[in-house]
Amino acid sequence: MTVWEAVIGIETHVELSTESKMFCSCPADAEGEPNTACCPVCLALPGALPVPNGKAIEGILKIGLALDCDINESSIFYRKNYFYPDLPKNYQISQYTFPVCEHGHIEIDVDGASVRIGITRVHMEEDTGKSTHVGDGDGRIHGADHTLLDFNRAGIPLVEIVTEPDIRTSQEARAYGAELQRIVLALGVSDAKLEAGSMRFDVNVSVRPVGAKELGTRTETKNVNSLRSVQRTIDYEIDRQIKVLEAGGEVRLETRHWNENTGVTTSMRTKEESEDYRYFQDPDLLPLEVTPAWQSEIRSGLPELPAITRARLATLGADMIAAGVLADSSDLAALFEEAVEAGASGRAAGIWLTGEVVAYTRRSDVAVLETGLTGGRLAELTAMVEAGKLSSSAAKKVLIAVLEGEGSPEEIAESKELLQVSDITAIEAAIDHVLAENADAVDKIRGGDMKPFGFLVGQVMRQMGGRADPKVVRDLLTDRTAG
Amino acid sequence: MPVEIDIVKVAALARLALTEEELDTFGSQLGDILEHAERVQALPTDGVPPTSHPLPMVNAFREDVTAECLDRESFLRSAPDTAGGQFRVPRILA
Amino acid sequence: MTGPDIADLADLTIAEAGTGLRSGDFTSTDLLAAVTKRASATEAHLHAYLTLDHEGSTRAAEAADASFAVGEDRGPLQGIPVALKDNMCTLGIETTASSKILDGWIPPYDATIVTRLKAAGAVITGKTNLDEFAMGSSTENSAYGPTRNPWNTDRVPGGSSGGSAAVTAVGSALGSFGSDTGGSIRQPAALTGLVGMKPTYGIVSRYGLIAFASSLDQIGPFSRTVEDSVLLLETISGFDPKDATSINAPVPNFGGSLGRGVSGMRIGVVTEFLNGDVIDSQIIAATRGMADKLQDAGAEIVEVSLPSTEYSLSAYYLIAPAECSSNLARFDGVRYGHRSNVEGTTEDMMSHSRAEGFGPEVIRRILLGTYALSAGYYDAFYGQAQRVRTLVRREFASAYEQVDALISPTTPTTAFAIGEKSDDPIAMYYSDLCTIPSNLAGDPAISVPIALDDAGLPIGFQVMAPALGEEVMYRVAAYVERLAGFTARASLATSEVVAP
Repeated sequence: MTVWEAVIGIETHVELSTESKMFCSCPADAEGEPNTACCPVCLALPGALPVPNGKAIEGILKIGLALDCDINESSIFYRKNYFYPDLPKNYQISQYTFPVCEHGHIEIDVDGASVRIGITRVHMEEDTGKSTHVGDGDGRIHGADHTLLDFNRAGIPLVEIVTEPDIRTSQEARAYGAELQRIVLALGVSDAKLEAGSMRFDVNVSVRPVGAKELGTRTETKNVNSLRSVQRTIDYEIDRQIKVLEAGGEVRLETRHWNENTGVTTSMRTKEESEDYRYFQDPDLLPLEVTPAWQSEIRSGLPELPAITRARLATLGADMIAAGVLADSSDLAALFEEAVEAGASGRAAGIWLTGEVVAYTRRSDVAVLETGLTGGRLAELTAMVEAGKLSSSAAKKVLIAVLEGEGSPEEIAESKELLQVSDITAIEAAIDHVLAENADAVDKIRGGDMKPFGFLVGQVMRQMGGRADPKVVRDLLTDRTAG
Repeated sequence: MPVEIDIVKVAALARLALTEEELDTFGSQLGDILEHAERVQALPTDGVPPTSHPLPMVNAFREDVTAECLDRESFLRSAPDTAGGQFRVPRILA
Repeated sequence: MTGPDIADLADLTIAEAGTGLRSGDFTSTDLLAAVTKRASATEAHLHAYLTLDHEGSTRAAEAADASFAVGEDRGPLQGIPVALKDNMCTLGIETTASSKILDGWIPPYDATIVTRLKAAGAVITGKTNLDEFAMGSSTENSAYGPTRNPWNTDRVPGGSSGGSAAVTAVGSALGSFGSDTGGSIRQPAALTGLVGMKPTYGIVSRYGLIAFASSLDQIGPFSRTVEDSVLLLETISGFDPKDATSINAPVPNFGGSLGRGVSGMRIGVVTEFLNGDVIDSQIIAATRGMADKLQDAGAEIVEVSLPSTEYSLSAYYLIAPAECSSNLARFDGVRYGHRSNVEGTTEDMMSHSRAEGFGPEVIRRILLGTYALSAGYYDAFYGQAQRVRTLVRREFASAYEQVDALISPTTPTTAFAIGEKSDDPIAMYYSDLCTIPSNLAGDPAISVPIALDDAGLPIGFQVMAPALGEEVMYRVAAYVERLAGFTARASLATSEVVAP
């Protein structure tokens, strides 16, 4: 029986969050009444001309540098010619040879192993308008009676990021998408909202027998808009293609559509009849020249990238999971670093922040910076736990109060009488009392039956109002019940 | 010799619904024009870069600032068909 | 009447009219009345205007008069009636590019040139006829019917800016603007006895000019004198942030050397354009005659060979159609313009709208360009044409190391008969033989009338200069104008015409 392997490549479109569109001064905001963010340029009225948005160019350079790409010193805008009603000029300004960025890569982590995904190219283009299909097709193009066109989105700057066919599994694909999203968010160049379509994936999948050198025929599933769907689409396509091949059939080179509800992909059109895009350099636009000086200026302004942040947080003591969560939130990461700076153990600070603190902020829908928690207070809290001054349940109560803005952990523990008693005299007095009332239990223990020991600990803790350090209680009780 | 071209395919690419007769006429005229145009191939151009722009300029950018958009009615009134502030077109081939 | 003879005002140059306006001899309203009267007398014969904007021009003339009255002066075009080729967008005024596909289209915006003319207080009389989308050399390819030559109405005025040429030649505007992609200003200027100028690529904004071939198109002026040409160009030129190909630098002082003569200049005659096989012998003789006069005036005249110009025409007829095939893709019946009634899908609607809306020459060029860009042919056609373009540019650049300016005939023939070449696209394409190289190179060039041929039709003389060399170009052109002493006017401008 043939063992199959999948070969996967992903094209990602990211809408840049600039103020204005790529080639005109309309707001880059597709919300709002249809066709209210339009001008002669983005409607492709006769005579209108495009002028590139410098900020968008900076955005793509940031992405390219973050993905370790080579930046082409001279880069060219091309026209990709095809007719479609949502494309006002009936050509898209895009790039072809000499894209802005080429030959990059991204490291992802899958089940603890690091995988390198090559980035073929990162290029600049513009978004299309939005079509609404009206009629019996349930909003789908099939069966629609007519279509309405809104060009608010037309011309919003889009960056296309194309991987090498380096991805082998749906998990890798998902991890790639997630990491790319983190990078884009860290760069601050896009809101990268998958559900809103400001980041979307086209997934190319083919299968081949393990060991085969040649690639199988691929399909492209367009506009997949969640990480979960990326994974499901790929799983579905791999399974479908293997079935087709094992039944003696052939996979067709085609574009497919992912249906979120049914969980299947369906054929949209075959690529044999694919368009001849007649790419040529856009004569309305000048070449883009990225001097080494400009490049290094952009590079020096780059923020720390998520992978670096994670590694740095891990060296500060955060465990893998906590480092990942912290790296995704600059506010949490900053608190973490402050706490470690103030002497907290990285491991404990990481667990508190990514556990209780995140849960609290979600529950009460506040930003962590708006709470009473500071790095110093977190360090204080972890120090109290370590010193045995707070039980873990008491520590939780103190943390919530800190978050609520009630003061420092010391103050709160004090005022709420949550401090653990480590005064041996008080505990010994309680033990005396408990042992006197439970003489038979002591006898059983001395006779080798340890069952009642836990009961005695409980009685002492109860006597102490729960504020004794259980470890101290155990140690003392062990001594006192020893034969 | 006139250049042979697949005029049906070219007309389809250019989105022009031409009649059989028009296809014939344009096809043969294009063949004649291309026969002349083909003369460019006689000139040796090894190592000569293409010119897309008459002047050697680079990097024309705009500031990322917004300006007023068109009033929707100013362009929708020239549209062949509209509905609810949108352009309307017949059904699209999927 | 004690005032000026209104009919005469239509025959003034812009410079003369400007003096009269400022000395209070007449008003802008008088000037407008004169050119309007001339238009009503001649339009039935010429069909040069597609739209006359009576309301807008009246308002502009009144505003100019009000400005003069309070001593406000916004420059040499204030109060001057000028016309625009109908491929420049005018807010609220129908703009068709002479195509059925744009029939009735009202632009919601002004082209930059229109904004500048309005700011300068110019009076825009209306929109002039052209070959559909500026594709042609005779103005016969207009969906609204041809324009005729005011020198002889059986002849073409040239094209594609034939309407703009005719109105200035006949006096239904004092100056006008056209666009020149391969000679569409200079060739009709030559055929109608006018000064017609194509600026350095990038000096005049293309924003709002309905594109034909973006890397070649430039807007430029028609005028009766070289001096007027300078005044018109000065008003419309300069950096425009809305056009990425606009040159971001101060404009040269175009008229700075107008009176300096040509003594001490080295001027090259392009030998390829004195070839009797392709150029009419009377035109060659007139060109040589003018070269001799320039030599007598102190210029050093040398023969310059530009062998790659032989391939310019072929390269041009690949590059321009390729760009136009893409530029004209936006005319699809979705957002504006003609939509076919044929039932079917959007794809059918687009294909039929385009086939119904475009005329045959436009369809021919779209097909040609689509083919030249398509997979498998790109390199042999479009790519090779672009490399030839590089060779043409290099040849011109090295020529300008030897000479200050180049001269040649503007056209191979004088005005030809209506219908003479309309069935032979290739013969028509040869009309642009001498003008195309400057478009490929991006350099400025001007046509100046120097003589009449045996049939009484004007002959144009072309002066070319390196990029941003307008000052040198105008210096030579002004002297050519002086040496030629060309004072003839189109018969239709001087005869008492009556509506047929």
